[in-house]
Amino acid sequence: MDILNKIRESLQSGNDEKVRALTKEAIEERITPKEILDEGLIYGMDIIGKKYKAHEIFLPDVLLAATAMYAGMDLLRPMFIQEGIPIIGKVVIGTVQGDLHDIGKNLVGIMLKGAGFEVINLGNNVSPLKFIQTAKKENATVIGMSALLTTTMPVMKNVMDLLREEGLIGKIKIIIGGAPVSEEYAKEIGADAYGYDSVNAVETVKELIKNSKKFV
Amino acid sequence: MREIIEIPIYDVKPSRVTVLKTQGITIDRELPRKIEALFNRAMELFIEFSHPKGIISEISIPEFESIYTGEGLNEKRTPLDDIFREAGNLAIFAVTLGDRLSQKIDELFKANELALGSMLDSVASDGVEKAADIVEYHFLKLLSKKGEINASTGILRYSPGYCGWHMSGQKKLFEFLHPEDIGITLLGSYLMKPLKSISGVIVSGEKEIHNFEDSYPFCSQCKTHSCRDRIRGLFRESGHNNKEVIA
Repeated sequence: MDILNKIRESLQSGNDEKVRALTKEAIEERITPKEILDEGLIYGMDIIGKKYKAHEIFLPDVLLAATAMYAGMDLLRPMFIQEGIPIIGKVVIGTVQGDLHDIGKNLVGIMLKGAGFEVINLGNNVSPLKFIQTAKKENATVIGMSALLTTTMPVMKNVMDLLREEGLIGKIKIIIGGAPVSEEYAKEIGADAYGYDSVNAVETVKELIKNSKKFV
Repeated sequence: MREIIEIPIYDVKPSRVTVLKTQGITIDRELPRKIEALFNRAMELFIEFSHPKGIISEISIPEFESIYTGEGLNEKRTPLDDIFREAGNLAIFAVTLGDRLSQKIDELFKANELALGSMLDSVASDGVEKAADIVEYHFLKLLSKKGEINASTGILRYSPGYCGWHMSGQKKLFEFLHPEDIGITLLGSYLMKPLKSISGVIVSGEKEIHNFEDSYPFCSQCKTHSCRDRIRGLFRESGHNNKEVIA
């Protein structure tokens, strides 16, 4: 079994220590960071995502695999920065102002990272201005917003209004999600997409990135 | 009567089945060892970091009407609107597991201990429901002492944000109850902090008053229809344990 295959296998069994050791070994063997990431870590997470979608594994399995992936990523990240290797896309995520529910949004962040995206997680209680300012500063392609309350959902519309004022509609894509949110609501406020769960959110963000225009 | 209730942590027993279900796991086969270990560790952390407390205050029907009306944002027709007017006794309540637990969940996520953080969150979600059950049972015992419970009495709790009772109802509920005394504060969005907190009204009356059809306009948007199980539980022989209290 080659080392990248071993990384995939260890990641799928959620063995973070082994993934870290194998990633280190792969770096020492001069396998490129991009190859370790794409063919080892992301490949492994992709299998995990598919198994989860097919109900073959449970949420804790996904999260253990994600922790293992981060263990490998921690070693690769400095090399990516040093070598200026581009990432597939940058996504700013957060739970909207007034809302403290984090878990669902964190799951989306985990799955996005697993798919190779750079994720800037602003946490919870995030103001519309902070979403926009961060996305501009980081040159992000997508903003993902979460709300778990009917009383905080309107903040999503405030972000859309601000985006419109700044002339950024279409330049930064918006995906929304959360228990009370629906596809209809996404359309109503002019968001680009609705993600009904973490796996679907990743697929949708991939589509958004494919169709997006970069702004500078 | 207004009372603060210190709830012993060992009385709060999150249900293994419910917690695992929240994690997407239905136990129809042996649980993988690593998931079993996660669950056990989450239970240990729950015991270590929770500090369950409740507050309860009896309230008259007219007083509750003002709380229920809240900011005038409720759905036009709601089950609770009919139920509380027929109640024998009402009490508003709030219950929390404390801030340390929420902080611990955050810490676990920040430290990339994602599976344990998520499991602890699920344990805490069911734990706070169990703490609310204890406060509800406390009210049942209180009414029993006054001789106001019989075999046909049914007690259930209802919370703002559910079944057409708008979340903004929290504002007046807090003004009346002051859950700040047990460490719960209300945000501008009517969300409680700590997150693992529940508030609402406990309604005691004939079991039949709680029996409603889930055919209100907002029921079609409900993802759980958990009211069905609650109502069924009330009418089951082994349901709300009035007999033990009456005895």
